[in-house]
Amino acid sequence: MTDTDRSGAPSSAPAQKQQFELGTGPGRVLVWFYGVFTVAAASRSVVQMIVDFGRAPLAYVLSAVAAVVYGFITYSLVRGGEKARRAALVCCAAELAGVLVVGTWTLVSPSAFPDATVWSDFGMGYLFIPVILPVTGMIWLRRARRA
Amino acid sequence: MLVALTVAVAVTALALAAWCGFAAYRDQPTKDWHFIGMAVVSVLALAQLVVGIVRLAGGDRPEQGMTIFIAYLIGAFAAVPAAGFLSLTERTRWGSVTVAAGAVVLAVLEVRLYDIWGS
Repeated sequence: MTDTDRSGAPSSAPAQKQQFELGTGPGRVLVWFYGVFTVAAASRSVVQMIVDFGRAPLAYVLSAVAAVVYGFITYSLVRGGEKARRAALVCCAAELAGVLVVGTWTLVSPSAFPDATVWSDFGMGYLFIPVILPVTGMIWLRRARRA
Repeated sequence: MLVALTVAVAVTALALAAWCGFAAYRDQPTKDWHFIGMAVVSVLALAQLVVGIVRLAGGDRPEQGMTIFIAYLIGAFAAVPAAGFLSLTERTRWGSVTVAAGAVVLAVLEVRLYDIWGS
């Protein structure tokens, strides 16, 4: 990502500070990935909870939590503005913490997780995108403030 | 399921990803031709959805469960059109990146569909 990336967006006005867009330009790609992961995590947890909640309740609840976090970040990116940016930043940090904690947890004590979550093994089953996404998200959200 | 169809969707999706990735590289938004490409991939994914449901109705069962199979079929069908809509309102290179990402997601879903159905 270079500084010319946002040349298409008319982001020159410093006056409109509170209503800037987060879901355009590179942010559009983030909206897509967060949307996909909201759907993936939500459908995964719903299906698993309906089919057999007793098998791995912890894993299924964590998937549901992940879905809520992803959903909120997607919504914040689409909404735009400083409040949404801060909220999304906090959620991205929580997401990264979640991936790292759950990822380590699944490696240290696999017995706690008879079934996988979105964040198991640092998101290996999802091509490690769950680790990459919050980092990219935070970089974008920090850049968006200055733009 | 129909392995040939799964492979066809995956290959066309990757081609679409490369094509839109190239457009992004050249700093171009998605154009009419890209949308025709998306339509072709979507039609193939729709055909897959239909074939999958017909096979289920015919009594065949996927190895890893029917619910997951149907969820992935629907996801595979929706992936590229959803990315296409996002690129409609993002008339920059980033719209092209979004469609490329959507097509890659579809290719991954195809691999998962292949696993879920089993041999």
